[in-house]
Amino acid sequence: MNWTAVGAIYRFEMSRFFRTLLQSFISPVISTSLYFVVFGAAIGSRIDEVEGVSYGAFIVPGLVMLSVITQAISNASFGIYFPKFIGTIYELLSAPINFLEIVAGYVGAAATKALFIGIVILITASLFVPMRIEHPFAMLAFLLLTCLSFALLGFILGIWASNFEQLQLVPLLVVTPLVFLGGSFYSISMLPGIWQKIALANPVVYLISGFRWSFYGLADVPIAVSLLAIAAFTGICLAVIWWIFRTGWRIRD
Amino acid sequence: MTAMVEISDARKVYDGGFEALKGVSLSIEKGEILALLGPNGAGKTTLISCICGIAVPTGGQIRVGGHDVVRDFRKARSLVGLVPQEVNLEPFEKVWNTVRFTRGVFGRPRDDAHLEDILRRLSLWEKRYAKINELSGGMKRRVLIAKALSHDPEVLFLDEPTAGVDVELRRDMWRIVADLKAAGTTIILTTHYIEEAEAIADRIGVISRGSLMLVEEKDALMTRLGRKELRIELQEPLDAVPPQLSEFDLSLEEDGRVLVYSYDTGAERTGIGRLMTRMTEADIVLRDVRTRQNSLEDIFVDLVHDTGTDAA
Ligand SMILES: Nc1ncnc2c1ncn2[C@@H]1O[C@H](COP(=O)(O)OP(=O)(O)OP(=O)(O)O)[C@@H](O)[C@H]1O
Ligand SMILES: [Mg+2]
Repeated sequence: MNWTAVGAIYRFEMSRFFRTLLQSFISPVISTSLYFVVFGAAIGSRIDEVEGVSYGAFIVPGLVMLSVITQAISNASFGIYFPKFIGTIYELLSAPINFLEIVAGYVGAAATKALFIGIVILITASLFVPMRIEHPFAMLAFLLLTCLSFALLGFILGIWASNFEQLQLVPLLVVTPLVFLGGSFYSISMLPGIWQKIALANPVVYLISGFRWSFYGLADVPIAVSLLAIAAFTGICLAVIWWIFRTGWRIRD
Repeated sequence: MTAMVEISDARKVYDGGFEALKGVSLSIEKGEILALLGPNGAGKTTLISCICGIAVPTGGQIRVGGHDVVRDFRKARSLVGLVPQEVNLEPFEKVWNTVRFTRGVFGRPRDDAHLEDILRRLSLWEKRYAKINELSGGMKRRVLIAKALSHDPEVLFLDEPTAGVDVELRRDMWRIVADLKAAGTTIILTTHYIEEAEAIADRIGVISRGSLMLVEEKDALMTRLGRKELRIELQEPLDAVPPQLSEFDLSLEEDGRVLVYSYDTGAERTGIGRLMTRMTEADIVLRDVRTRQNSLEDIFVDLVHDTGTDAA
């Protein structure tokens, strides 16, 4: 591995992030606060508790996941799509680095940014609702794996996309619905019978369930299944990346 | 002399099925300047892309510094710097960051003093904290060069470095190229300005429709293919070329005051002696004689024009 090169890409991407640090901070803080106002106050006044946890606190893990997943995908997909779009990709292609090093730099940076925003949201949330984290290590592991795997997914998307519409289409049509329907704001057990079964086909359910378990010890599905699911998802993304690496697909002429 | 870049039978068929390189073979010596000429779409950029790793050749073999550009890409590419034809730069990035980035992705440790030296040589030092979109077009081109030089490449590719650049900057560019050559860098440049190739290249290659039409020492090329003009200034103007001189390829210019004889410098006999004798016999008095060497431009146009008719 050419770590100097990976570091150069990572630093370059992070500097873009730090240049707009205020924006990077403010937008998740505002949107989280809005969620609390809307969901916590409006809905929470009707559903005061879910399985013994106040509704406001219950939605925190889901909110964090929602932002982390969206941020990881958009950062990574944009990070690699942008050089393709403006042509600076020539530099990466002519450098003595391989595809996996490019992936490490971009995905590492995108995952870091998503992690940073996840933490900002957690801190903001703790100002609104009493929170507890029963399994901090599991919480961190879930958070890290989610940042990483969705940054990988975003990278694949950015490599695949040949225009801005495609870049936005997948998050809009696939990821956001899955995340919203994945139990960010409710427990799967609150759904009517058949929908519970259908919901289990949504991979994000396992993520959010596992993540919520690490906070309150509550889970829709067994924690082992959640871990397996996120590991499998990361594995699939890595396999696709490897396949792209082997075939040179859509990168070099 | 050792070959720095060795291209043997390089071929490139693009995904759409278009054959952009039809078996190009070329060897470039260490420390020389090779200029590649050729009309739009000839395959110059494609050839450079195949050497630098932007495109994957679909046939043949390319080596840089003895390393295969596909199998041994790390070693090959770390020797190469590329200034692309298009000005591809991130608009909101600072000059300093983008140059540092390039050095980094080429795996070289941070060296601010070296980058300062490069930026100073390219008159970009004052602009180091400017954003790319605050620079003029010529400055952007120099940023591209600074990036390409940031990791001390042994081989530098300049794809039309002076396209759309003013005369002064073009001279600057030539000076930079001359300095690099003096420092031992091998340089391959493409250009549409023949006077540029004439001014700085050691050797000239001409590509047309994916094939290398010729590669030759510039001087040899100019003598071999060059035609010279003998311009004879006359004491008394003539109305027409006298019939006694009809065996020569002559024309009258400047209201009949100058007789122009064009001849092939490569021919066994130039015919000048005989022309002089005939002129004396015809009682034509000459006042002055000058010769003019045809430029590469004429050679180039002839060459590309000839292939055009061959293919038709
Ligand atoms: N990515 C690509 N896919 C398909 N065809 C391509 C691609 N890039 C170039 N070509 C074709 O290959 C041919 C050679 O193009 P190339 O860019 O190498 O020409 P060039 O000699 O650099 O021309 P110019 O002087 O205009 O820069 C052209 O016909 C071009 O249309
Ligand atoms: Mg070109």
